[in-house]
Amino acid sequence: MMLASGARTDEQRLRAFGLLPAEYAHIVARLGREPNTVELGMLGAMWSEHCGYKHSRKLLKLLPTTGPRVLQGPGENAGAVDIGSGLAVVLKMESHNHPSAVEPFQGAATGVGGILRDIFTMGARPVALLDSLRFGDPTEARTEYLVGGVIGGIAHYGNCFGCPTVGGEISFDAGYTGNPIVNAMCVGVVPIERLTRAAASGPGNPLLLVGADTGRDGLQGAAFASNEDPEASHRGVVQVGNPFLEKLLLEACLAVLETGDVLAMQDLGAAGLTSAAVEMAARGGLGVEIDVARVPRRESGLGPFEVMLSESQERMLLLVRRGAEAAIEQHFARWELHAEVVGHVTADGQIRVRDGEEVVADLPIPLLTDEVFAYDLNAEPPLTAIGPPLARGADGASSFGAGGTSLRGDAREAALLKLLASPNLRSRKFAFRQYDSTVQGNTVMGPGHAAAVIRVEGTNKGLALTTDCNPRFLRADPRRGAAHAVAEAARNLACVGAEPIAVTDCLNFGNPEKPTVAWQLTEAIQGLAEACRALNAPIVSGNVSLYNETGGRAIPPTPTVGMVGLLEDVSLAVRAGFVSDTTIIILGMAPKELGASEYAGDGAFPRFDLDDERRLDQLLRSLAARGLLRSAQDVSDGGLAVALAECALVGGVGATLDVVDVSEVGLFSEDQGRAVVTCASDSVGAVLQISDQFGVATRIAGITGGDRLIVGDALSLSLAALRKAWEASA
Amino acid sequence: MVVPRLICVAKSRPRQPGGLYTVAVAASAPRIAVVQFPGTNCERETVRSLEAATRCPVDVVWHADEFLSDGYAAAVLPGGFAHGDHLRAGAIARFSPVMRGIQKFARGGGLVLGICNGFQVLLEAGLLPGAMLRNASLQFRSQWVWCRVERTDTPFTSACTVGQVLRLPIAHGEGNYVSLDRPEGVALRYCDADGNVTPSANPNGSQDGIAGLANASGNIFGLMPHPERADDPLLGSCDGRFVFESLAAALRVPALR
Repeated sequence: MMLASGARTDEQRLRAFGLLPAEYAHIVARLGREPNTVELGMLGAMWSEHCGYKHSRKLLKLLPTTGPRVLQGPGENAGAVDIGSGLAVVLKMESHNHPSAVEPFQGAATGVGGILRDIFTMGARPVALLDSLRFGDPTEARTEYLVGGVIGGIAHYGNCFGCPTVGGEISFDAGYTGNPIVNAMCVGVVPIERLTRAAASGPGNPLLLVGADTGRDGLQGAAFASNEDPEASHRGVVQVGNPFLEKLLLEACLAVLETGDVLAMQDLGAAGLTSAAVEMAARGGLGVEIDVARVPRRESGLGPFEVMLSESQERMLLLVRRGAEAAIEQHFARWELHAEVVGHVTADGQIRVRDGEEVVADLPIPLLTDEVFAYDLNAEPPLTAIGPPLARGADGASSFGAGGTSLRGDAREAALLKLLASPNLRSRKFAFRQYDSTVQGNTVMGPGHAAAVIRVEGTNKGLALTTDCNPRFLRADPRRGAAHAVAEAARNLACVGAEPIAVTDCLNFGNPEKPTVAWQLTEAIQGLAEACRALNAPIVSGNVSLYNETGGRAIPPTPTVGMVGLLEDVSLAVRAGFVSDTTIIILGMAPKELGASEYAGDGAFPRFDLDDERRLDQLLRSLAARGLLRSAQDVSDGGLAVALAECALVGGVGATLDVVDVSEVGLFSEDQGRAVVTCASDSVGAVLQISDQFGVATRIAGITGGDRLIVGDALSLSLAALRKAWEASA
Repeated sequence: MVVPRLICVAKSRPRQPGGLYTVAVAASAPRIAVVQFPGTNCERETVRSLEAATRCPVDVVWHADEFLSDGYAAAVLPGGFAHGDHLRAGAIARFSPVMRGIQKFARGGGLVLGICNGFQVLLEAGLLPGAMLRNASLQFRSQWVWCRVERTDTPFTSACTVGQVLRLPIAHGEGNYVSLDRPEGVALRYCDADGNVTPSANPNGSQDGIAGLANASGNIFGLMPHPERADDPLLGSCDGRFVFESLAAALRVPALR
């Protein structure tokens, strides 16, 4: 195919729109002409990785997405699962990495705003937020700036909107220097009959644009997010959030659904009005016509190109029943929001954009959706990952569990205190105290427990929520690392007593055109699929963020897993903190390896078996449902010693353990499939018996009480000393 | 110290998420208004707590509407970020049309409760003395605090005893109360678990640890902590119910029939 019709269509210009020559050739052949600039902008956005999933679409088909509870799998704005009592839980996680690298406060804030909209677009009221955050070297000034900005942005948006931020994670690893990971997850609740989808129907029905006016912000954001080097782009590409407006939009949108006149609702996110209109039309197998002259603007000088691609926040596209326009406009006016008819549904399968009388774009919907090329990846494993463990610091890509140095050889007490004070394990209070975790008055367990728990209004049910991913393990083995992220999430839910019902994921990787990254992505998706199948947790929504690179170096593979669990009786939720006068029992097999632990640094993948995990989870849920547990916490980062210290610190109660292996492996190994539980002394027999039924090894390890953590002759530390280390820089 | 405790049992109440509340209330009971500004975000749980404690019908009144003061026995300004807290928390909300009626109602002796952002609005409206600065940490603070009850001669604290310590959550960025005079109507102070008012128990730098304040006659009451987020042991405390039970008693309707 010829591309050489003058300088206007040369490869460089196409690259600016994110299109490759072969892709452009297909487009020209399909249209029988060259696209104009407006069309080129729309095509570039829809063919970007962010919207078109060019490099991940084939692999994503491997993920299990169905199950008896699933009401809505991937393909809508968010996934939905049935929790009984006529209610659905709606969930989604999304990345905002590139904007946060450039402008951390607004980048993170609009990430939260976008994920909230994805939830209430489905008709659901957002009830909880979680954020999975990863940053580079914590000693660098730039990292400090990014951490402060991202946390501030999340707090600003979530607090003002009025959705509690109940959990999440923060970790540091040199591999994220220059490219932080900001993954925001939101969960909502909706009566099933109100679940709203975003498919166009009824040609002639009007489309209303609701909410904020359209400006120049976020122009070509989708294409920007699919670029390798966000720092090279302009700061103006980052949108600015207005949570106060979004709260009005939420109430107005939920209330308008009660009229029955709204046929579909779609929020405007990446690729703005283009993506919203195209996706709505595609889902309904129909077409749309948009008149940009009718779009309310916040500034002059915006042409059709800008209006169609603006990523101004807090906007919704509503498809309403013909004749209901005036009533709907009036409804939104009461909430002090604009609602303007900007177009209508057509039957011809085209997206036609007019500027008044003039047609400025006319493209077939399939060309913007199904026909987007899906590439096979050229995957090759790197030499280092199949060889011996990565040498710590050799490539500057080490985690900061122990402040960058292995603790092997340190005395046990010193090692524990160093671990507790290390950037990856220290108290996250410095962040969580800035997030409103109690608004809406349903937070049963906020930040600081194995998983967060909120009650579901109108029922006895509870939802348990967690996000997990360990880059240290993923670097060692992306496939088992991804499976581990799922297993750890499920174990966290099991600790509070909840059964996993749905997963949402955020696949953060480098440039997939590089064979090593392609291999990481391929392996990780297979690992996710295996673990989700083994643990009966379907993936119902998610997002892919590729091209996370700085200076040509990819981030560690980061498939963040967000998981929702169900508690039929929320009053049975188990907390993490010790209470006095209970017996401590360690569940799971004795550890064997130090491996890739926070204590030892990078190393071999720890012992990890999905069948062990499944049985442990079943046991934990069974014990919780019988009300036998006084506390439960899984053994993960930092090993048994850190798990015990966290239980003691969260509960404010010490413990004495005598029958424990106090070798460095015994205290600091991160071999998986283990948990520390406590029960009343008269329940010990029952706990042991039930554990036996599930085939889980047990060890009665000690008792709780007092104000010291004493482990054999290896550790004797006051809670005050532990707290000082843990909260030192909080 | 022996303090009265409410009999506090976790109860499931029929609610419809995403919809309107459906609580059976006595039609003849006095009505309560919960004012909703653009940016208010605690209206739903505040309505829930009020209904549960008072069994009175509760209306959500939009800020642009007139507040009909003879229609209500009490008005509650809930938490949130009225008008986005632009300029200063509560600074714009005081000009909302609904505030004309609230002013008249409050000055005529009507019962007015401001929670968190609602307290800030009452200060900006001049219905209570003093002002709020940003927290001393210059950061938002979301945490559980202890508060010592200093006054029980108000319709919002009558169910408490003087010196009683309440466990309540806070969530605000501007709760650092200041006043040129030492205000006389202090009703709640931040304290430790034993009731000692200390600097380390003060989460925001508030003058004299002030967490809640009433006017001389006690009918106007503002507090930074959120009693509506502490009305069930499942949530970590039900001490917030003391505020709503006090109001219920003042409205002369039997609480928790």
